[in-house]
Amino acid sequence: MFFDLDDETELLRRTVREFAEGEIAPVAEELDYEKRFPYEIVAQMGELGWMGIPFPEEHGGAGGNALQYAIAVEELTRVDSSVAITLCAHTSLGVQPIYLYGTDDQREHLMPDLCAGRKLGAFGLTEPEAGSDAGNVRTRATLEGGEWVINGAKQFITNSGTDISGHVAITARTGEKEISNIIIENGTAGYEQGAPYRKMGWNASDTRPLTFTDCRVPEENLLGPRGAGFKQFLHILDIGRIGVAAMGVGLAQGALDQALAYAKERQAFGQSISKFQSIQAKLADMATEIEAARLLTYKAAWEKDLGRNFTLTAAQAKLKTGRLAVRCAEEAVQIHGGYGFIEEYPVARFYRDAKILTIGEGTDEIQQMVIARALGA
Amino acid sequence: MKICVLVKEVPDAAVQKRIDPATGRMDRSGEKNLNPYDTHAIEAAMQLKESGALPIEEIVAVSMGPESAVRALHKAVSLGADRSVHLTDAALAGSDVAATGYALAQTLKRENPDLVLLGQQSDDGECYTIGAVVADHLGMPSLTQVIKMDVEGGNSLRAERQAEYGYDTVQVSLPAVISVGDAINEPRYPSLKAIMGAKKKQLDTVSAADVAIDASKVGGDHSAAQWTGSKEPPKKAPGRIIEDEDTAQTVEQIVAWLDERKLI
Ligand SMILES: Cc1cc2nc3c(=O)[nH]c(=O)nc-3n(C[C@H](O)[C@H](O)[C@H](O)COP(=O)(O)OP(=O)(O)OC[C@H]3O[C@@H](n4cnc5c(N)ncnc54)[C@H](O)[C@@H]3O)c2cc1C
Ligand SMILES: Cc1cc2nc3c(=O)[nH]c(=O)nc-3n(C[C@H](O)[C@H](O)[C@H](O)COP(=O)(O)OP(=O)(O)OC[C@H]3O[C@@H](n4cnc5c(N)ncnc54)[C@H](O)[C@@H]3O)c2cc1C
Repeated sequence: MFFDLDDETELLRRTVREFAEGEIAPVAEELDYEKRFPYEIVAQMGELGWMGIPFPEEHGGAGGNALQYAIAVEELTRVDSSVAITLCAHTSLGVQPIYLYGTDDQREHLMPDLCAGRKLGAFGLTEPEAGSDAGNVRTRATLEGGEWVINGAKQFITNSGTDISGHVAITARTGEKEISNIIIENGTAGYEQGAPYRKMGWNASDTRPLTFTDCRVPEENLLGPRGAGFKQFLHILDIGRIGVAAMGVGLAQGALDQALAYAKERQAFGQSISKFQSIQAKLADMATEIEAARLLTYKAAWEKDLGRNFTLTAAQAKLKTGRLAVRCAEEAVQIHGGYGFIEEYPVARFYRDAKILTIGEGTDEIQQMVIARALGA
Repeated sequence: MKICVLVKEVPDAAVQKRIDPATGRMDRSGEKNLNPYDTHAIEAAMQLKESGALPIEEIVAVSMGPESAVRALHKAVSLGADRSVHLTDAALAGSDVAATGYALAQTLKRENPDLVLLGQQSDDGECYTIGAVVADHLGMPSLTQVIKMDVEGGNSLRAERQAEYGYDTVQVSLPAVISVGDAINEPRYPSLKAIMGAKKKQLDTVSAADVAIDASKVGGDHSAAQWTGSKEPPKKAPGRIIEDEDTAQTVEQIVAWLDERKLI
């Protein structure tokens, strides 16, 4: 066993931390309050190579690995979840399918702009009647004269409607028992993005409903083999869990950072509240659980980087970290007392941002299903 | 032309600094980072190179320090330096500022730079002195606390220095040794590609003998300055709190207090 990170990864962690504290922290509250998409930050992250961390340089990526990606996501979420999910959904859900299943032409056409952060990618799986039961796709695509004609609707699609959103890869029914992935570029006639949702958190990130009305794209926009869509999105979600788990670790750590700093400063009964045993117990439990969750998350990334099967570990990491993020955010608010309920302190935002982590990219109940299946139950 | 940038590995800003009373040396066991001021020196070198105002072919990062200092050099090249030189030798351990300056100057002689840039102060030692010592050994002019640099003609710089009383403008011909303040620029963040590529850049590790350092002039035993003790700064007296009962009267009291101290 060897737990040290290599020099490159350590320097990446430090750089992302400095960037998050220097460039994101000062504007995070404002972006959240104004529900404003962080265009400038995304552009900067693109220049730094962070919008394509785990993809090879030949496709415009930074040539990094899953662990580096997880660590970057963790450090961003430690400061702000909206920025983190923008990068995370873009990388795991937007670019990954193009990289894994795209033809040379599709990669060449899309990946350089995506990896540079000039464009954002989205993944359209969820529908009004296909969430956890993602195979229950109703959106249809029929081949007519060398074009796919698409009709249907998608729900809750992140990164789909910004000024720089480039494409969405959707799941569509291309036959009675056949699901395929198809790429639709923004600006295609018949593809519309609805108004952004009023969300509980992730206020500065972009999530919208999509509609397709006789939307026509060339036959070559099929992503991967026809009928492989179901298998493909399951694999994409497996990989995506590592990123979302890293968000859980980062959010929990950020909540602990805030709580510890506040507890040392806040005086009650003539001493810092950090001297009270029950506050100390909260801080100690948080720190311990976070370290455990971090190791589980890094292990999932490490397994992926070694080319091993990581399905079980990634689902465990996602399950563990989502719950932990919710709990740590709650404890951090508790430690802040009434001030924790006021938006002046970041912990209120962390509390609102945490809950989605037990829902998005597979609910806790779905993770339990995946885990139980792997156990042979 | 060649710019050498001196960079030092220091305890991370978040780490509480501590001197080991047994050895009289800084406890360097915790997390470390490239001295923040030195990132400004590298950025200044990069901006000079990128501006094209001087024909700069190479930026070389130079550090003296234990094995771990390689990480500071790694960061320096990911920030844009073309290669790096690491001076490391057990004989150098515990060197004071004069000995460190001498050792760095010996290393620089081999490089024969047209300009030496460095941070105005290290985060740990805070001597503000290395630049002057190095310049003396190299026989070059020394400028400190520089916050602006413009190229003038082919071979000289016009620099603005930030001093207690205001700003100096100084003209200096190259070669020269210039230490920079943090107001000089906003250092860039290293891109992931640059981080991944940093180890591919040349790193020369040199010993004291390699750069003809006279062993009788360096190391803790040969340093004339020895640390003997330290103490916390005196605690500030508590301020005076004026309860605001009658605002006009409160204002009067504040004005009187400021007036007494000739602050208005
Ligand atoms: C902010 C946000 C961003 C999102 N971004 C994207 C995106 O970019 N792309 C995308 O495709 N989707 C996205 N989603 C959708 C998200 O992945 C789904 O909301 C999630 O998978 C749950 O699906 P659902 O909402 O339909 O809930 P449902 O599936 O209706 O679940 C309701 C409840 O039933 C439980 N449940 C369902 N099935 C079972 C079962 N078999 N056993 C036990 N319990 C079960 C669930 O766990 C849950 O508690 C996003 C959602 C949000 C809120
Ligand atoms: C093996 C070894 C062990 C050492 N152990 C110790 C130790 O225990 N305690 C300790 O305090 N110091 C140690 N040093 C470092 C050295 O003694 C100090 O760097 C020196 O005293 C300079 O003082 P300063 O940092 O206050 O300089 P300042 O004048 O404040 O620094 C100004 C600038 O000079 C440059 N600079 C300073 N030091 C170096 C350096 N070493 N290499 C490259 N550029 C530099 C940087 O650009 C810096 O911004 C060790 C060095 C070696 C080789």
